[in-house]
Amino acid sequence: MIEKALKGSSVYWGWIIFLLCVIGAGFMAYLYQLKVGLGITGMSRDISWGVYIAQFTYFVGVAAGGVMVVIPKYLHHYSKYAKIVVFGEFLAIAAVVMCLLFIIVDIGQPMRMLNVLLHPTPHSMLFYDMIVLNGYLLLNIICGYNTLLADKKGVPCPGWVKPFIYISIPWAISIHTVTAFLYAGLPGRHFWLTAIMAPRFLASAFAAGPALLIMILLFVRRVTKFDPGMDAIQTIAKTVCYAMITNLFFMGCEFFTAYYSQVPGHMHTLDYLFRGLDGYGELVPFMRAAIVIGLFGVFLLLVPPIRRNTKWLAVAAASVFVATWIDKGVGLVIGGFIPNPFETITEYHPTLPEITIATAIWGVGALIVTILYKVAISVREQQAA
Amino acid sequence: MSMDRRKFLKAAGLTTLVGLGGKGVFELLKPGAVEAEMTHGGHGEEGHGEKDAGPKVRWAMLIDVMALNKEKIEKIVHTCHHLHNVPNWGDPKNEIMWIWEDEYEHVFPDSYNEYNHILNGMPFLLMCNHCDNPPCVRVCPVQATFRRPDGIVAQDYHRCIGCRFCMAACPYGSRSFNWLDPRVHLEKEIAEGRKLNKRFPTRMRGVVEKCNFCVERLAEGKPPGCVEVAPDVMFFGNLADPNSNVRKILKERISLRRKLELGTKPSVFYLI
Repeated sequence: MIEKALKGSSVYWGWIIFLLCVIGAGFMAYLYQLKVGLGITGMSRDISWGVYIAQFTYFVGVAAGGVMVVIPKYLHHYSKYAKIVVFGEFLAIAAVVMCLLFIIVDIGQPMRMLNVLLHPTPHSMLFYDMIVLNGYLLLNIICGYNTLLADKKGVPCPGWVKPFIYISIPWAISIHTVTAFLYAGLPGRHFWLTAIMAPRFLASAFAAGPALLIMILLFVRRVTKFDPGMDAIQTIAKTVCYAMITNLFFMGCEFFTAYYSQVPGHMHTLDYLFRGLDGYGELVPFMRAAIVIGLFGVFLLLVPPIRRNTKWLAVAAASVFVATWIDKGVGLVIGGFIPNPFETITEYHPTLPEITIATAIWGVGALIVTILYKVAISVREQQAA
Repeated sequence: MSMDRRKFLKAAGLTTLVGLGGKGVFELLKPGAVEAEMTHGGHGEEGHGEKDAGPKVRWAMLIDVMALNKEKIEKIVHTCHHLHNVPNWGDPKNEIMWIWEDEYEHVFPDSYNEYNHILNGMPFLLMCNHCDNPPCVRVCPVQATFRRPDGIVAQDYHRCIGCRFCMAACPYGSRSFNWLDPRVHLEKEIAEGRKLNKRFPTRMRGVVEKCNFCVERLAEGKPPGCVEVAPDVMFFGNLADPNSNVRKILKERISLRRKLELGTKPSVFYLI
């Protein structure tokens, strides 16, 4: 089945080569980082996690978002998702691989990585994160591959796959819950120390993952003979709308608690992110834009005639994706370190090698999506023929 | 062959267990020697008159802020960083700090009081608090940072994977990461006249480090380096012993501990 990824147009191969170049550049930058140390990044004693961990966090969400097509299909037998559920699973595979890579490039001694297995530590949330992320990757490979293989052969999905599909549903919730717990259990980081961190993570995940899926499916619909079905895409759009509204609501709750209570510790990071604090405020335009773009996306999705317009739907999905990315892939992690434990401010500027490495991991994700989707689309086109 | 190895490991394991559970800890640390230097007037029978619960040793540091001045701070920081081969990067991005100076309002940001003209702006010394309930130990995925039975929060530079979760977890900013190779920088400093302490290892890049309460000196029966060079400022002793030097001082002086509201139970006290 995988061999279908080897047959493609020149545009397909051009895209693959482009991605390989992006990945190659990042790989060189990573070798440089491996040789010199993480000092080549913009991270510092005060901002000890940066782009890598922020992207990791965001893509755990994208991975978990895949469950939003799995639940309707397998728990509610929503047949319009029958043909696209595999795209959700394949997107999750790519996203989890990205997460694992972002962790690998972030750690100072990657050759000691297996210490996590050698000295299992159940009181560390990172230990559980390792288990749930790798487990989720495996579950999606099992479910995605076997359902597609069954489709290709024109037979129903084998019975033994079903339990794995059902397990993958709570498992998807677990990956983002555990990721939120990495942050939400740390004393002294007021911005992260919030009980709605996990619910908010899930809400933004269920907006971001399906939003990305909509964009990719709209693209697939345009350039291939496979039609995922506008009804299915419209249903995903409604999911994105609900999830994004929930996400913005949770964000509002954070604002209320901070500003109505007037507790300085709760306000400081929000001040820094949205208003500027003590003269520092590099992220202010981005964070404000995230709110505006997010609300704009919700508006487009809320009005049925606009949502049904394919072009506007693409804009809406892109808005939600960008808004959640700024919020979670930039503001959330960096904001947690500002102000630092001494109530002073160090800002963070990612460096070129750091961005090159992060871009390469995006490239790996895009490559995996391209190859897996190529296989899936070839199977679907064959079915249609 | 494999049997022999197994037997050996079993024997080694048993020895360790006995060592940790029983008297071994005391012998290992030679507290007699340390205590003799630390305690004024010796200490009574262990746990005398108290319920025999909890650890028998919990090392603590008292810092007399009123006795601090620029000269002493410089001496203390220099001694510590020399003893532990801490490179002097000279820039806040790569900086490694085991003990350092900051003003009251940054050390106690939660209890800052703009009308407190006595404390505001006053220099304090900061270091790892060796918390009784350390969040860094809780989050470390490989137990590279761990709490010893004597209360010292130690760091294993050979196991640390450099994930920096402990740095995010520490509410005191006490941990530093080797963003670049410290040995390369030390070489440079040596060329400029710095002396390396051959009795303490240097670190490699990619691992986290911090104050270790001078475990290597305690093991030899010596007090921590900062205490040795500033005995009128730094007081080190056993917090678990009601008759120890530190407990006696704490009875007489007003003391502060950083961010108590977080439940970390620091072992570093500031005397004012």
